[in-house]
Amino acid sequence: MAPHGCSYSALLLIICSVSVFIVTDSQDTTLSGGHHAAAVEDNPQAATEAAEKTSEQPAVEERRWEATEVEEATLHEAAADKQDTPAPETEAPSPVPQPKDDFQEELVIRPLHSGDIYASFQFRTLWETDFMSGNKVSHYRLFPKSLGQVISKFSVRELHISFTQGYWRTMQWGQPFQPAPPGAELWVWFQDSVTDVDGTWKELTNVLSGIFCASLNFIDSTNTVQPSASFKPLGIGNVTDHRFLRYATLPREIVCTENLTPWKKLLPCGSKAGLTVLLKSEKLFHSSFHSQAVHIRPVCQDWQCKTTSWELRQTLNVVFDLHTSGQGKREWSLFKMFSRTLTEACPLASSSKIYIDITDDPQGELFELSPATPLLSQAMVLGDRRTFSVYDLTQPVTFGTVRSLNPLIRWKSSEGDMLRPLLHAERYVAGYGLQTGEIHTLMYNNHPYRSFPVLLLDTVPWYLRLYIHTLTVTSKGKDNKPSYIHYQPSKDRLRPHLLEMLVQLPPNSVTEVTVQFERALLKWTEYTPDPNHGFYVGSSVISSLVPSIVAMDTNITMDRPLFSSFFPCKEESSFFVRVYTEPLLVNLPTPDFSMPYNVICLTCTVVAVGYGSLYNLLTRSFQIEEPSPGLAKRLANIIRRMRGVPPL
Amino acid sequence: MGLLSDPNRRRALISLLTRLNAPICVVCYMAGVAWFMGLAFEPFTLRTYMSENAMGSTMVEERFPAGERALATGREFAAHKKKAGGMPVDWLVKTMQSHGLEVFTQRFSRTLPFPDENKERYMVKGTNVYGILRAPRASRTEALVLSAPCTPGDNNNQAVGLLLGLAQYFRSQVFWAKDIIFLVNEHDLIGMQAWLEGYHHTNTTGMDWSPLQGRGGSIQAALSLELSSDVITSLDLVLEGLNGQLPNLDLVNLFYAFCQKIGVLCTTQGKLQRNDWDSVSGYSHAVQTMMLMVMKQASGRSWGDHGLFLRYHIEAATIKGINSFRQYKTDITTIGRLMEGMYRKLNNLLERLHQSYFFYLMPSLSHFVSIGYYMPAFGLLAVILLLRALDLWVQLTAPPPRTEDGLVDPEQMSSPGVLSVLTPLVISHLTGVALYTLPIRFQEMAVEHFPVSETEAVVLTAIAVYTAGLALPHNTNRLLSGGGTEQGWKVLKLVAVLYLAVLLGCTALINFSLGFILAITLVPVAAFVTPHVPKFPSAFVMIVLSPACTLLFSVFFFQELQEMPISFLDGWMLYLSVISQGILDHCLYGSLVYPLIALLVYPCWLIFWNILFWK
Repeated sequence: MAPHGCSYSALLLIICSVSVFIVTDSQDTTLSGGHHAAAVEDNPQAATEAAEKTSEQPAVEERRWEATEVEEATLHEAAADKQDTPAPETEAPSPVPQPKDDFQEELVIRPLHSGDIYASFQFRTLWETDFMSGNKVSHYRLFPKSLGQVISKFSVRELHISFTQGYWRTMQWGQPFQPAPPGAELWVWFQDSVTDVDGTWKELTNVLSGIFCASLNFIDSTNTVQPSASFKPLGIGNVTDHRFLRYATLPREIVCTENLTPWKKLLPCGSKAGLTVLLKSEKLFHSSFHSQAVHIRPVCQDWQCKTTSWELRQTLNVVFDLHTSGQGKREWSLFKMFSRTLTEACPLASSSKIYIDITDDPQGELFELSPATPLLSQAMVLGDRRTFSVYDLTQPVTFGTVRSLNPLIRWKSSEGDMLRPLLHAERYVAGYGLQTGEIHTLMYNNHPYRSFPVLLLDTVPWYLRLYIHTLTVTSKGKDNKPSYIHYQPSKDRLRPHLLEMLVQLPPNSVTEVTVQFERALLKWTEYTPDPNHGFYVGSSVISSLVPSIVAMDTNITMDRPLFSSFFPCKEESSFFVRVYTEPLLVNLPTPDFSMPYNVICLTCTVVAVGYGSLYNLLTRSFQIEEPSPGLAKRLANIIRRMRGVPPL
Repeated sequence: MGLLSDPNRRRALISLLTRLNAPICVVCYMAGVAWFMGLAFEPFTLRTYMSENAMGSTMVEERFPAGERALATGREFAAHKKKAGGMPVDWLVKTMQSHGLEVFTQRFSRTLPFPDENKERYMVKGTNVYGILRAPRASRTEALVLSAPCTPGDNNNQAVGLLLGLAQYFRSQVFWAKDIIFLVNEHDLIGMQAWLEGYHHTNTTGMDWSPLQGRGGSIQAALSLELSSDVITSLDLVLEGLNGQLPNLDLVNLFYAFCQKIGVLCTTQGKLQRNDWDSVSGYSHAVQTMMLMVMKQASGRSWGDHGLFLRYHIEAATIKGINSFRQYKTDITTIGRLMEGMYRKLNNLLERLHQSYFFYLMPSLSHFVSIGYYMPAFGLLAVILLLRALDLWVQLTAPPPRTEDGLVDPEQMSSPGVLSVLTPLVISHLTGVALYTLPIRFQEMAVEHFPVSETEAVVLTAIAVYTAGLALPHNTNRLLSGGGTEQGWKVLKLVAVLYLAVLLGCTALINFSLGFILAITLVPVAAFVTPHVPKFPSAFVMIVLSPACTLLFSVFFFQELQEMPISFLDGWMLYLSVISQGILDHCLYGSLVYPLIALLVYPCWLIFWNILFWK
């Protein structure tokens, strides 16, 4: 139990660094906190580390020198300044003081309970510049120019965009580091200087659509909402007027290589070096879950927070399946996952690390990890204290004698029960027939004794007409009155329904939210090309501060001073979780489009013949007229008229 | 329409129709029946073809290898089933989990309104086990279902074995775009009903079930597998679902296409198709196949576990393995490959199956009769009712014949009161309500007073109420003072004929077979009945053509078609059990045939009975 003692101080350090950011997004902050804290190691291990470092010193110098050569060839790279190795003698100091930028990359690998494996990439570019103060920024180095221009042109304060293929299986995989709904999700906070937010939003989505090769241009007023509480800014700044927020999802969006390539192009090293060499689409899309995201937000530069810098975080999460990718063998390596191994870090990166989650396996009895690494790191992730083995790619020693790194995890036993995550949710459409239906949203609180509030955000397209008076929230068979409801009714063809509720989930319970709807009959041009496939309703979003697993442990057996553990401190006691439910596929009443010509013909015929003559028959009054004279008589009359004789 | 707007020609047309009414009706009736019999003649039918593009052009390669292992799993399942004395829930959960599925269970219980003597059950308690294969990178919006029933005894073990084998094999494949739900349901239809109601969170029949924990979005298609032997000679496709609903024809085409491709003998209604359509025996074979389908569809019950899916707009069929004494056997690996092929094609679907027909009859598996071809047969019968109505209307509106002294007969002039028409209508419908409610309501009382079981009590009460209705004319006449007038019965018959026309028309639109069978028997009754025909022969004919006797004949006819003729006594027992099954189907699954007959068709027939005894 000795490591726990040290870890406590490590934790404190992490928490301090965390508090720089807004606390709401704890999975982000803990990870970045991991960076800032620089992975505090155990003391004895650190000593051996140091010894190894000194022994490997010449090699390090050589490599470093090579790296700086590359950097000189490209723009004068300042990233190397941050290294503490004695390399940068060769580099001439920049004549103009340029705004510093910094690039970090890391990969977290977590062996999942089910035997699958979860790999989460994060690339973070930090740029100490200000797009907003009016000065025109034209010189870009690490920060991608396309995004920088977008930020300055559209006065974006925060931008979060994610593309996901697949649904995160909370029951099997636990909570993800970066939750994202299936399809595309985009939410943007604009500067309060923007006057025409809707116009800017429209333009922005079209530009982003071009940048990411995605159908974001399908975002329009019918699927855009302004959530009042669910999406708060993650960067600095306290403007929470939701007039400047726009949120939209496209649950139908299919994510594939054409979205991955532009995403990779935003990275300083492209897919040439560093962790990005692993991102080969043929393997990434041979997985159970794939999610890539871009987050841009302003962060503080220092403790006083006088100036802001811009943070670009690119994340990519992928889960590989045990049965299809792993051939059923509980054994994972980088090569098996990505069909590549690592040989170097990105030369532009100030930090490049691989973390492997070994929390479930403190004694190495569940699985074994090879090559073993002496570096260990602890972090609070999603309310749980996790231990990671760390491979530092900037250290050549990591790559060993074969000059390539291929960590291998091999399970020793196999078991795969369902998890009971503290918070998870599911949603489905109830009922049958094409007239009405009912949307059921189930939220599970699996905490044994604590209740906590959740914010539920539901966006429903206008063609499902919600009967909001049928809205019921029940938990444990009793009515559960939401303490806050924000409902914006839909307008046909203009805007969707928006329903936000703050609901208290009792401990160990299922809370069910039901609302009935009627299916609208669309105009015939409004149907999609495949109307019988159904229409998508985006995921509902459940945001919550969940009591953490660490705080659940009131009976503290670990080696901690007693005075430190009576009141649980805030950061530990709860953590922020966002859960997305599955999107819904709803069938609307659909005409038979396969024979429009027949239908038109039939309708016209019925109207013209049937209705016309029936109407005629019913309204006309009939009289018997004299029968018209026969042909012979008429002919005779003509002749008689010509002769001047009176007709017959 | 010009014909109608010219008064002279209109008069001529009407007089023609009234003069030739009886011959036209007879011709229509004959033509209707002939048309129907002609439907099975192969040159008049269409070959089946795949309409859905997503399933037609793409090729799939079937590679399912593990038939032997599936059989072993089936034997293991049988052993565990015997040990557990029912559904081996724990074993199934463990096995499915080890195959990498997300496994959930659902408990359900249902007390039947009266004991089901066919299946010997009254208070039903059971558990469904289902495992969901999550498709990679899919967002839980679409699913396919493969189900196998867990039946007591030695049946269907191989089906469960194959289901588990397929689950294991499917799990290692990468091409799934829809979640696949592997369901083992207990107590056949009751379990299936519980699962479907749980999945869609509806409760139409008052069953108790525990809510489902895992779902896969909207279900696109489902197949139910029944397999009781290690090798089979042929596969039988069962289509008829609840209330005579049928799955989309593309599902049939898919099955047929794969049977052809893999080389498995396939049948529908247990009849192999023949190639000699031009011979008499070939034609009668096709007629038999089609008639079997018509009888099954008309019964309105679900002939396999798939039948309940259809209500939820899920295309479903049951595939039954049949082991007869033929030489040519198919092993389970081949069936597995067939299922794999079908699921891979269903997996390719971009939209729900909707391209092909939903209303059809099948004289063989490769030929079908679409709604456009069979509806005229019914239309020819329905037109008889309209012609009779026209005739009556003309008779009612025509100026009364003048007597010799030029005076109008005052008795003829007085139009019948509303009461004389309304009373028989109301009384016959009340009898219908009694027929619908009393059998179940009074079963305890009947059991107390008579030495019968509950089921017998229900059936016998139904028959008793039905027979009691025949005494209706006396009651009506007693209520009506002065007896019926000539005008009175004409008005009543006009109403009844139109009522029957609407009733049969609606029924035929929803369930053609039921509508047609009812039309065949009820239309002659409606056409010829007047108070002036000889009483006792007509009464005998009417009773023979009444709905209850139609059912009795159908039972014998069905047995005949299945080549299992039975003696009269057995037939009578079967008849009684068919009635009880019909009532149970209504209570358990919401089949509409029993209420339709009791509340609408029977009262309508009673009105005609009333007309016969008008004076």
